[in-house]
Amino acid sequence: MEEASKRALVIGGGIAGIQASLDLADMGIHVDLIEKKPCIGGKMAQLDKTFPTNDCSICILAPKLSECYRNLNITLYSYSEVQKVEGIVGNFSVEILKHARYVKEDLCINCGLCVEKCPMRVEDEFDRQLRKRRAIYMYYLQGVPAIMTIDKKNCLWFTKEACRICEKNCEKEAIDFNQKDELIKINNIGSIIVATGYNLIEDIDNDILKNYGYQKYRNVVTALEFERMLSASGPQEGHIKRISDGEEPKKIAYLQCIGSRTDRGAKYCSSICCMYTTKEAMIAHEHDNELESYIFYIDMRAGGKGFQSFLRRGEAEYDIKYIKSKIAEISIDKNESPIIVYEDLDTSEIKKLKVDIVVLATCIIPPEGIVKLAEVIGFELDDYNFIKTPPFSPVKTSRDGIFTCGCVHEPMDIPRSVAEGSSAAARAAEIIRGG
Amino acid sequence: MSEQEKKEDVRIGIFVCHCGSNIGGLIDCKALAEYAKTLPNVAHAEDNLFTCSETGLASIKKAVEEHDLNRVVVASCTPRTHEPLFRECISEVGLNRYLFNFVNIRDQCTWVHMKYPKEAYEKAKDLIRMGAYRAVILEPLDTIIVNVNPGALVIGGGVAGMHAALNLSRQGFKTYLIEKEDKLGGRLNSLYKLFPHDIDASEFVENIKNNVQNAQNLEVYTSSKLKNIKGFIGNYEVEVEQDGKKINLSVGAIIVAVGASLLKPNNLFGYDGKNRITQHELEPKIKNNEINANNIVMIQCVGSRNDERQYCSSVCCMTALKNALIIKEKKSDINITILFRDLYTPGIDYEEYYKKARKKGVLFIRYGLDKEPTVEGNQIKVYNEYIGEEIIIPYDLLVLSTPLIANDDNKELAQILKVPLEVNNFFLEAHVKLRPNDFATDGIYIGGSAKWPVDITESITQGYAAASRASTILSHETIEIEGATAYLPEWNKNLCKGCEVCINICPYNAIKKNEEDEIEIIEALCKGCGVCGAACTKKAIIIKHFTNEQILAEIYAFGGK
Repeated sequence: MEEASKRALVIGGGIAGIQASLDLADMGIHVDLIEKKPCIGGKMAQLDKTFPTNDCSICILAPKLSECYRNLNITLYSYSEVQKVEGIVGNFSVEILKHARYVKEDLCINCGLCVEKCPMRVEDEFDRQLRKRRAIYMYYLQGVPAIMTIDKKNCLWFTKEACRICEKNCEKEAIDFNQKDELIKINNIGSIIVATGYNLIEDIDNDILKNYGYQKYRNVVTALEFERMLSASGPQEGHIKRISDGEEPKKIAYLQCIGSRTDRGAKYCSSICCMYTTKEAMIAHEHDNELESYIFYIDMRAGGKGFQSFLRRGEAEYDIKYIKSKIAEISIDKNESPIIVYEDLDTSEIKKLKVDIVVLATCIIPPEGIVKLAEVIGFELDDYNFIKTPPFSPVKTSRDGIFTCGCVHEPMDIPRSVAEGSSAAARAAEIIRGG
Repeated sequence: MSEQEKKEDVRIGIFVCHCGSNIGGLIDCKALAEYAKTLPNVAHAEDNLFTCSETGLASIKKAVEEHDLNRVVVASCTPRTHEPLFRECISEVGLNRYLFNFVNIRDQCTWVHMKYPKEAYEKAKDLIRMGAYRAVILEPLDTIIVNVNPGALVIGGGVAGMHAALNLSRQGFKTYLIEKEDKLGGRLNSLYKLFPHDIDASEFVENIKNNVQNAQNLEVYTSSKLKNIKGFIGNYEVEVEQDGKKINLSVGAIIVAVGASLLKPNNLFGYDGKNRITQHELEPKIKNNEINANNIVMIQCVGSRNDERQYCSSVCCMTALKNALIIKEKKSDINITILFRDLYTPGIDYEEYYKKARKKGVLFIRYGLDKEPTVEGNQIKVYNEYIGEEIIIPYDLLVLSTPLIANDDNKELAQILKVPLEVNNFFLEAHVKLRPNDFATDGIYIGGSAKWPVDITESITQGYAAASRASTILSHETIEIEGATAYLPEWNKNLCKGCEVCINICPYNAIKKNEEDEIEIIEALCKGCGVCGAACTKKAIIIKHFTNEQILAEIYAFGGK
């Protein structure tokens, strides 16, 4: 079986794509793994911990990242995008655009000397704009491949033909300002798996979020921002502080269903927020045992393994108060502390609560670039632009030989993304092995 | 420090991991690395923010080369997730993978002693010292290579099992599908329509059964039960009983897809099986147009999400919505009220389905666990939170949404397969997050509601996922397995008195007496658990990688600061 000559192409190096790649590679099938960002890892790499075991996210992810990098059956194309797909099921040809990093991948040892010297300060995407990085940077600390990237839009050499300090300081002579984008053609691809993940509503639209004071009040943050604030390798180095004054919070409110389950935003349920919110409240409580947490929700959705016990633990051991409610308004006091006005649906009363930080559980939306990718590959999208899958064929797309897994077709948590990654691998293997 | 530990040829490198703030947030890892440098035979020590990152691994490799290290100790999280990675790393720079020692200073130190940083720091020092002493006498070992039989056994012919079997057979593996009932299909056989597209269940299941029947490489045994399993990953000898007749099969991997059962709500809400029934009993009534009620009330979470059974069964809200919608479609003037706690309709289609039910006029009333509805004759009393008072709803049909529960015979199956169950008697996977369809024992996989209540879509996903995981084994002619096993060396054979304690105590049946009446350990079956070594009164059995000397070295290091 190991001689199977057809390859598989996996687009997207988040946890779903990683699992699909590793399974196929372990079946002896060669995988070309394409990741748009400078490093694989996806959203899971940005999380502090994962529910319901509260395992450290990057800790359990890191071995898989390394495996993707080392496995001889996986060719990793980071900082790359699929441009063109030709052929039919069982025999696709794909054209990939590999962006120039302006750093020689075989020479860079990620020593960090270049970063130290780079004079530019740029908003850090990985840290959700809560910290500055340099124009030459490692996408994130534990990133794979562990190679620097020059961000052309902000590098002084590309914008003003000045500087080149990184080049002078690189002992390995790994900087290459003449590097060009590369077009790579891969033939003999039996099946393709699309696992390009998701974006969040704050990535495209702030209209809904404005109602909750986001970007108007500094102590209103989104859940992924808060995740970075909790993280030891994040902008606050694992000490939760208010953005406005650096004070440690004593009361945090978490607002569910922001931009989801509403006719004004997305009608669907984002699936994961009830659980990650409880997790964030638990972790915050571990930072400070006197912290009070309030979760404002519509329905607590906790159907997965161990999820209900997790909520019970939250209430009993972490001082989390769950409030079935509707949010009316958010304002701030003179210390920039958010004041929430809400209707308590248990008592039908209008109430007020002043907190130190508000965390918004924002809606999952289809990933940027999915419309173009759907055109390039030729699969259908649903009304929201998630990939359309037929009933009871959870990882199949409308085009033969093209499979999908993870949040790119519906919001889902990590265990389901992993199961779907394996599932898509099984389907792709069927085709590659001629079944 | 006694001089005897100072071994000339041993050069240990110790890497202390901060694990972000998991370790470094509580105790001083830099100081631990400095302390490690003072230990005998330690040629190098450093601290890393994440030793497991590519940068951290590069740092280990660099140190091995620069300092000519021949033992590596990493003090960090847990060997459960990270030992394979570090073993692989040192083998890439030419060291035998067993010359690596894991010191657990996170799960067993900073996490459990979160409130005692000083004591945790002292304990971490002890653990690192113990690890360093053990590292000195670690010995290189070979892994064991075994052949793989490219066949699979799928236990359970429901929707998950059938999809797993179809996929494996299409990948070219000889697959055996066994089902205890007299036909395939599992729970699908008793359903009417399937949410959220209201597809006809019998058409759907017949279609899959046809695919199974027409599949090449796929043999189905109905009315069959697993009786016994011998062997190990890649080489299982399976005994199946079909109608009292024994069938022997040889396979390389096993998938468990036995599904779940339904709770019978005896003593709950006046359940009588007549006009107080379960959702499951309602389906055939809808199918056969036997609904003669004008007022239907459904109660969610009957027997679940309480102290006795904490979990949410995840399929009951959608089932209730489905049955309510179908009834409304057949006869729109029937009043349907659903009493719920939290409506579980995650994702896109399910939430849409919920909206549809509201539009069609299904009434939803939320209740709390502290104020459960009560049944009095033909009335239900329920506290309505919105208006703040108790309301009375008349019914002529009461439908109870009961949870999926673990099968009674899961325990028996778990014992045969030597895999664990969780507290509700569902099967327990290797890692809830990242290994959802593996068992901790390699070679055996899990999918569908046998693991946890899931709907049909997710059962299919997991069926395929389990097949994928099995295929990662079946695709190879040979595989490498763990070399740290029990071992009866030639020179110890005269110590053995043939008492057979080891044979009786071994949980994996890995020890037997051979034709010469001598103890023989089948290494491929042995998991290295060590019970035989501990039980052997003559100390004849050695547990590789955990020899008495190695364990004593740790104990000595603990006592001899």
